[in-house]
Amino acid sequence: MSQLLRVEGISKEFPGVKALDGVNFELDRQEVLALVGENGAGKSTLMKILSGIYTPDAGQIFVEGNEVDVTGPKVAQQLGISIIHQEMNLMPHLTVAQNIFIGREPRTGPWVRDGELNRRTKALLTDLGIHLRPTQVVGELTVASQQMVEIAKALSFEHTKILIMDEPTSAISIQETQVLFRLIRSLRDRGVGIVYISHRMEELRQIANRVTVLRDGQYVGTRSMNDVRDDEIIAMMVGREVSAAYASRPEVSGDDGEVVLAVRGLTTKSLLRDVSFELRRGEILGFAGLMGAGRTETARAIIGADPMSAGTVVVNGREIKISGPSVAVRHGIGYLPEDRKRHGLMLEQDVAFNVAMASLKANRAPLGFLREGRARKIADNFIRSLRIKTPSSRTTVKTLSGGNQQKVVIAKWLARDCDVLIFDEPTRGIDVGAKEEIYRLLNDLAEAGKAVIMISSELPEVLRLSHRVVVMSQGRVTGTLSADEADQESIMKLATQNIEEVAA
Amino acid sequence: MTTPRAEEDLADARTQSPPAETVAAGGGGRGGRFAALGQGLQQLLAFGTLIALMIVFFIASPKFLTLTNISSILLSTAVIGILAVGTTFVIITGGIDLSLGTAMTLCSVVVGLMLSNAGLPLPVGILGGLAMGALIGFINGFNVAFLGLPPFIATLSMMLVCQGLALVLSGVKPIYFTGVEGFSKIALGEIIPRIPNAVLILFGLALVAGVILRKTILGRMTYAIGSNEEATRLSGINTRRWVLAIYTLAGVATGIAGIVLAARLNSAQPQLGVGYELQAIAAVIIGGTSLLGGRGSILGTIIGALIMSVLINGLRILAIQTEWQTVVVGLVVLVAVFADNLRKRRAEGGGRL
Repeated sequence: MSQLLRVEGISKEFPGVKALDGVNFELDRQEVLALVGENGAGKSTLMKILSGIYTPDAGQIFVEGNEVDVTGPKVAQQLGISIIHQEMNLMPHLTVAQNIFIGREPRTGPWVRDGELNRRTKALLTDLGIHLRPTQVVGELTVASQQMVEIAKALSFEHTKILIMDEPTSAISIQETQVLFRLIRSLRDRGVGIVYISHRMEELRQIANRVTVLRDGQYVGTRSMNDVRDDEIIAMMVGREVSAAYASRPEVSGDDGEVVLAVRGLTTKSLLRDVSFELRRGEILGFAGLMGAGRTETARAIIGADPMSAGTVVVNGREIKISGPSVAVRHGIGYLPEDRKRHGLMLEQDVAFNVAMASLKANRAPLGFLREGRARKIADNFIRSLRIKTPSSRTTVKTLSGGNQQKVVIAKWLARDCDVLIFDEPTRGIDVGAKEEIYRLLNDLAEAGKAVIMISSELPEVLRLSHRVVVMSQGRVTGTLSADEADQESIMKLATQNIEEVAA
Repeated sequence: MTTPRAEEDLADARTQSPPAETVAAGGGGRGGRFAALGQGLQQLLAFGTLIALMIVFFIASPKFLTLTNISSILLSTAVIGILAVGTTFVIITGGIDLSLGTAMTLCSVVVGLMLSNAGLPLPVGILGGLAMGALIGFINGFNVAFLGLPPFIATLSMMLVCQGLALVLSGVKPIYFTGVEGFSKIALGEIIPRIPNAVLILFGLALVAGVILRKTILGRMTYAIGSNEEATRLSGINTRRWVLAIYTLAGVATGIAGIVLAARLNSAQPQLGVGYELQAIAAVIIGGTSLLGGRGSILGTIIGALIMSVLINGLRILAIQTEWQTVVVGLVVLVAVFADNLRKRRAEGGGRL
């Protein structure tokens, strides 16, 4: 029979939360099954059950038709189930080979047989068509290559026939994604069944055969990718029609908005060369480019998080010297970092704490006391107006979903009333329903007269929201497109432009 | 290393005082105000441990719960407690201060030089001690915030510098305050009958520190920097200046501890001090403050300091050797950190869906 994995009626309850409620899905041999659902829909819990980290309260799991009891990660491995987690589980200081065979090294007594280890790794990598040397140190590889190592590691277990990938493309570039997809297809063709978790609709189109949707811990349905439209999938995920999903791009605002921020000749030691652009009131300026093109670096240099070696920043017609983020904030520039958890939030603290972070001066009472009640009221207002889904302003931010965490960061800057907001990958790791809300928020902000910079690696997002698009490549601006000129092709052409060509 | 508590014996306790109520009020603010419920839990656990210990020792020896003994416990908590309250701030920022003990000694030596040797008026000597503490804290803060040194290294070197300076300045001899009118009253006088002033100073300081930590921008910054320094910086906050302020403030507490210790012993002992920092840090950790930063409370620290005093006092009443007392304190720290880890792991396992 061709069925590889069947899950029936799986339920799992945590104190106070029903994480999974009678979930079913099946995975066939030679199939890529997309598993989608908003954050909190239960995907991670389901994966943890399949990998033996959690025990289900009810339900059955069948592997190749036989009911199995996945009691631990080791058992999962023996059953042929391998998981590639969102966070990499590699040791950066070890080599590719050492990582792949960690704990299973070929040995003679206490000594590791390095030659044999590298030979085996080489054979495995060649077999999978992965172009890496066994002796390369993992920490020096790109994220995408590290992902390949993870995959190779998963498949180095002889029995592996079910591979579960949790948002594998969230941190890699478009080209790298294509390489990954080629690998996934070749695995599929040799009989491995793959469960692919992702939020990116266009990826599912490229790679998945069928899609299974979860919502609030419940099984919503499974469709063949060939006869389901994107908006249908989204509707299944969010439980309502999302008509705005395919709304047209914003009205092109005229050039009449005054220039709020002008950057000229921005250069840094490491990457940026002569970056110049202008940002107007009421506009969303998209920043497109490949990974490593220098978009985040530009943002960080503007706000003074990293030093610039040349160039000027003019805010509201006045040139200012930004020596650090505190100066940038004083001039009304707020930065919403790409990595929210590491650079944007205090995960252990509550919502009100985080919202107040950029506007503490406004909440200061004599003697350095903090007007905590007032700060909390402000937070409560934003919870309502931005529709942040949280039990209260006293809830720890760590427990919120990605979309709601992002809204907390937005609230932080709105509370500060910044004129210029720099969003770095505002929808990364955020599920589809919440994405729409973030998009609407960005539009509202622009309409309210804020000037918005949006750095994004998702072209559809850039195209949909931006009034103008700045395209970067290798640390330089290779072009600025109006909304009319910008489309996938024109942007990709500029984004892949070599600097030598520009110079010529 | 001899346990610093050995010297605490020098001061005999003659006073009595009501225990629990004062303790609870001293912490300032209830636990878990904006941190998760977990912090309150940790404090509750520490408090429960304290009560349990007291019951156990009481059953073992009726001498334990006499008023004389309780006030002796409180008095012996004072110096470590004051150090611990100050360093709670540093630890919540994710830092550590190893110079506490010898910095305290240096402060008491400076006070001794000013009062005994130079014959300056009492208030001047006290201000001198506080200023010395502030200066040491300031230098620590500068090294950490502006030179980017890891707190461990910066304060380790400061620990050695202070130790050396204390010995040099004093000529490796104790400085006695016998001629200084009223100095020992700072610690042993009783403004409130039967409560030694040292205990009042501890609880007064704890109250002020608790309010600062819970209610002021400085306190907010302490938690913010410990939770995520980069995010704090990107929120437009000059984190360096705040780190400097926090270390300086903790330095003032060190100065207070130096004065109180000198007053209790009626002398500045230049060879004392090493080991106090570890006891203070242990008290902070037992009280549920995370070494990783971002989480902690003054109330917890006070309970932690009391647990250590009660433990040592109880073991002594049971006539257990000093050396073994140190071993037990070590194990308690281990258990406290383990309990904290357990709680954290449970919170992450179940809470994140």
